[in-house]
Amino acid sequence: MIRIGEKTVQRLLMAAAFSAIGGLLLIALFIFKEGLSFFIETGFRRFLFADVWDPQSGLYGIFPMLVASLWVTLGAMLLGAPLGISVAVFLVEFVPRSVMRVVKPTIELLAGIPSVVYGFIGVMVLAPFIRSTFGGPGLSLLAASFILGVMILPTIISISVDAITAVPASYREGSFALGATRWQTVRMVVLKAARSGIIASVILGMGRAVGETMAVIMVAGNAVKIPHSALDSVRTLTANIALEMGYATGRHREALFATGIVLFVVIMILNTAAGVMVRKRVSGKKG
Amino acid sequence: MRLSPRLTQAFVVSLLGLATAVTLVILIFVIVFILRKGLPAIDMEFLFTKPQDMGRAGGILPTIVASVLLPLIAVAIAAPLGVSTAVYLTEYTRESRVTRLIRFGADCLAGIPSILFGLFGFIFFVTILQMGWSLLSGGLTLALMILPTIIRTTEEAIRAVPNSYREVSTSLGATRFRTTAKVVLPNALPGIVTGIMLGVGRSIGETAAVIFTAGSSLRMPSSIFDSARTMSVHFYILAREGLSSEKAYGTAAVLIISVLAVNMVAYGLMNRFIRKRS
Repeated sequence: MIRIGEKTVQRLLMAAAFSAIGGLLLIALFIFKEGLSFFIETGFRRFLFADVWDPQSGLYGIFPMLVASLWVTLGAMLLGAPLGISVAVFLVEFVPRSVMRVVKPTIELLAGIPSVVYGFIGVMVLAPFIRSTFGGPGLSLLAASFILGVMILPTIISISVDAITAVPASYREGSFALGATRWQTVRMVVLKAARSGIIASVILGMGRAVGETMAVIMVAGNAVKIPHSALDSVRTLTANIALEMGYATGRHREALFATGIVLFVVIMILNTAAGVMVRKRVSGKKG
Repeated sequence: MRLSPRLTQAFVVSLLGLATAVTLVILIFVIVFILRKGLPAIDMEFLFTKPQDMGRAGGILPTIVASVLLPLIAVAIAAPLGVSTAVYLTEYTRESRVTRLIRFGADCLAGIPSILFGLFGFIFFVTILQMGWSLLSGGLTLALMILPTIIRTTEEAIRAVPNSYREVSTSLGATRFRTTAKVVLPNALPGIVTGIMLGVGRSIGETAAVIFTAGSSLRMPSSIFDSARTMSVHFYILAREGLSSEKAYGTAAVLIISVLAVNMVAYGLMNRFIRKRS
């Protein structure tokens, strides 16, 4: 009696264990199902590299959005990566553990601030500041990059801190014994040992930046054109989906799902890259 | 000219310290700014009455109710699945290609942007399964979104339970299931609750995945098949349409306080759990 129960339990648990990957496959399946035929009919090139998006005339080129997503993400990384890694190094190497134990959770807590709130701050504070200081419409590539750069800080800091903490103390002691200062030790030993973990944190931050939607809609301005300066209004891939999904039908809706496919593929590439980096770190520690 | 190593270190450390200070200032500014502008808008009437005139006047009661119900539905679905997954991975199987596949799936799911969850939820739950814009569609979509967090945190919590506990239980003749249910899970409970609370926090703050699945009806939901507007969605609409900046700030303040409170409980539990274990 008990034995049968055990078997059943194991089967049930195993079934449940496939829920996450099952969910992932379902998401992929339905986004591809809705968008793939459009993607193929329009043609890979015409969809990705045409620069006119005008659903009313049946023109669906996402090149401006592709460029905008790329620039916004790069801008966010330019701010978020150096700042986040600096904070992580400072917290692990140059501050007493008790301070880190307060600061790290505080920063992680802030990861929970909803993206709409960041977007709103962007609209109320950052955009007017950019408008009055640098000119342009304010709601711009620059504003979106800045807000995203701040939003990905908790991700980068939290994962980098873990990576740096995981470097064995003996590495540092060896370096100190050779007469190196703490900073020399960090630069030449610790950062090298923690490299793949730090890179993983940056890639995951990048994934968040590419995928972020609401904050970007609010601050980027959403004009469909290839940006010529950081002060131009831009529309990202995610913003394009969210802005038009509410009323799109027929071909137009399919085009939005096709945009979703592009986004899905980019994110999966980034996820896999981050996964490879994390695994490298784990196997590197063994050797 | 080369700076001495000590001088270089002093210079670098002050730069890194500055970076940390800037980060903290920015993040704290976000909270303080919203609270300073938003708290004055909050009173009993704001919290406990219905919105009027599309949200330009009145309170936000239905959106608070939606922000409570939606995470509850999401957790009711995701918690059993997530905890079962973690139990399977830790107690019922060895590391193998299958477990790696399951973890890979969870990691990828964690990285999927919320707008794609929204697209999926819209086409699958709302349209194909004909649930319409409803709390149920939104809850199911959010459940998928928070599943990886619950799996990951539960797995860590279960791994932190010392093996000797299991050995004692097994030596007393308990089956694997009894050991898991009576010994492992109770000891891992604070960690599990942490994962669930983080999921709740994320659900409350989510907008993109919710707006296309639960819709944005301002009426008080009377069942899980009704469309409802959460605080996040309401705040987004108020801010975007420029309906009322006073109400927008007020909603944002309630939103931030709820999310931070939920996350604080989560991290508080986790810290107590870690301290107990170390």
